[in-house]
Amino acid sequence: MVEKVFTVKNPTGLHARPATLLVQKASSFPCEITIVKGDKQVNAKSIMGIMSLGVRQGDEIKVVVNGENEDEALQAIGEILESEHE
Amino acid sequence: MEWRGIAASSGIAMGPAFLLKEEKVDVQRYEVNDIEQEVKRFEEKVKQSISELEAIQQKAKEKLGEKEAQIFAAHILVLQDPEYIGAVKEKIQTESINAEAALKEITDQFITIFESMDNEYMRERAADIRDVSSRVLKRLAGIEEKSLEDFNEPVVLVAHDLTPSDTAQLDRDKVAGFATNIGGRTSHSAIMARSMEIPAVVGLKNILEGVEALDYLIVDGIEGVVYKNPTSTMIEQYAIKKKAYEAELAELAKLKAEPSITKDGHRVEVVANIGNPNDAKVAVANGAEGIGLFRTEFLYMGRTDLPSEEEQFEAYKQVAEMFAKENPIVIRSLDIGGDKELPYLDLPKEMNPFLGYRAIRLCLDRTDIFKTQLRAILRASVYGNIKLMYPMIASLQELREANKILAEVKQELDQQNIPYNKEMEVGMMIEIPAAAVIADQLAKEVDFFSIGTNDLIQYTMAADRMNERVSYLYQPFNPAVLRLINMVIQAAHKEGKWAGMCGEMAGTIPAIPILLGMGLDEFSMSASSVLKARSLIRKLNAAEMKLVAEKVLQMETAEEIVQYVEQEVLEKIK
Repeated sequence: MVEKVFTVKNPTGLHARPATLLVQKASSFPCEITIVKGDKQVNAKSIMGIMSLGVRQGDEIKVVVNGENEDEALQAIGEILESEHE
Repeated sequence: MEWRGIAASSGIAMGPAFLLKEEKVDVQRYEVNDIEQEVKRFEEKVKQSISELEAIQQKAKEKLGEKEAQIFAAHILVLQDPEYIGAVKEKIQTESINAEAALKEITDQFITIFESMDNEYMRERAADIRDVSSRVLKRLAGIEEKSLEDFNEPVVLVAHDLTPSDTAQLDRDKVAGFATNIGGRTSHSAIMARSMEIPAVVGLKNILEGVEALDYLIVDGIEGVVYKNPTSTMIEQYAIKKKAYEAELAELAKLKAEPSITKDGHRVEVVANIGNPNDAKVAVANGAEGIGLFRTEFLYMGRTDLPSEEEQFEAYKQVAEMFAKENPIVIRSLDIGGDKELPYLDLPKEMNPFLGYRAIRLCLDRTDIFKTQLRAILRASVYGNIKLMYPMIASLQELREANKILAEVKQELDQQNIPYNKEMEVGMMIEIPAAAVIADQLAKEVDFFSIGTNDLIQYTMAADRMNERVSYLYQPFNPAVLRLINMVIQAAHKEGKWAGMCGEMAGTIPAIPILLGMGLDEFSMSASSVLKARSLIRKLNAAEMKLVAEKVLQMETAEEIVQYVEQEVLEKIK
């Protein structure tokens, strides 16, 4: 299991478009990916889960990955969270 | 049967009715015996809905671009969501209930979460979820969606109202015309219909309730009437009327490359109002000599976040390149607020949005948004005769503030060695009576004025143009309005500046002789009105119209003025 804390840089937070990218990316990996914000944790492959976190720019997010290709998955998810593009 | 409404977009359309109506599904909860079969039924309908959404996404990609189509990618993900779809299946299994009830209950749980969030944008996502789940609910209930693609001939859309984004997505090859319960000549759907040249009648009050799918309709956008299931004689008569209308258009088409010049040699510009690059194509096809109003807010609407500088630059450049180098392209900076909302800006609801935080007021506050747009406009200015125009200026201070920000942006571009037209003209709209009254002062600090009559009339008369009960006060020919317009034109000329008009009034036939007489330099209107206006201008004599304008400015009522112009000017040149 690997985990890391990222700061969301996207100016719109995790609105529909970045959330879509994140879920699409997460779903392309076979491992379990969990996103933790404060005391809430959700499945990174669930768009409803991600959006229900209401993540804004500047929020700190912990990503926990467990299973096959976990390092690669952690890096890919981190790139989306730290992307400054909309 | 017939309905009378407001002729919003000229022309005649005939075809089967296509109703845009929300079908409500009444969900009953009951126990099922074969649980596995029920889960399978649910999975199949979800799968069907996903492939429908994929087809819509593909179409949106072709019509609106990659970025706009992404919202459908999010909708598809909702139907692939393991937590959501998984929870529905689990509910079917553990409670032995039907798929409809399980779907509705789980959906309601999620909607509650989203609606309770402290961010308007997220609250709006609840609508997305409702939209997606209702598609599956309808499929479960056996309701199949009729698509425009299922028709062999163009249809007449019948709706309560059409939102700007509904209208923007209309496919002109599939939609012959439209008819709506509400709306007026200046509502956005009407303006869009005219720019897309789709015949439309609005404000029909209860047509949606009186028409069934596939009823045959005639939409007479000239007279403002819609007929349901007409007799064959009537259809024949209308076919003749349609031909005559098209012949008239063909006659006007001959004026496409001709100048807008009066009989005594006074030249004006007849240009078009547009909302996007597609409208600009229509403007070119209709012989517009340029663009008098590029409503940039449509770049910002119907999406989930702000358009980037690059995206805006491309749109402005694209429009500039459709015209010859010397043709003017007047780009209006963002005019949002009022009745045009941007959910992602999360602006609080206001009691009086038309008198509120909108247009230049918002831009002077949100300089981040404003500067991005100004950069895009300046960068595009090397590709054509682009001019910048600020909306809703109420005072000299606002104008100076806007110009100060423009100067800062220019300086940034200079530092980055990014080229732009240093001589780009900068003007402002006159749509607030306060601005009209101090037009002499404002004229010293701008390159031009453009009179926005839709708002100027509503503010001058203090009558909401969307409110049907006071619509009698929406009077372009009211003496107070005409005097203000005249004041603005004279103030501009006194400083050697030009004055245009980009409201609906500029394309109104009886207004043209008066405006010409007042000395208006530029007439900007819906593309479909351009050739008619030019044809009229070419029959008039500017010196005579000056006398007409002087006379009209002394009259007491709007009726008297219109009657005078019709009898003394229009009748005589017929």
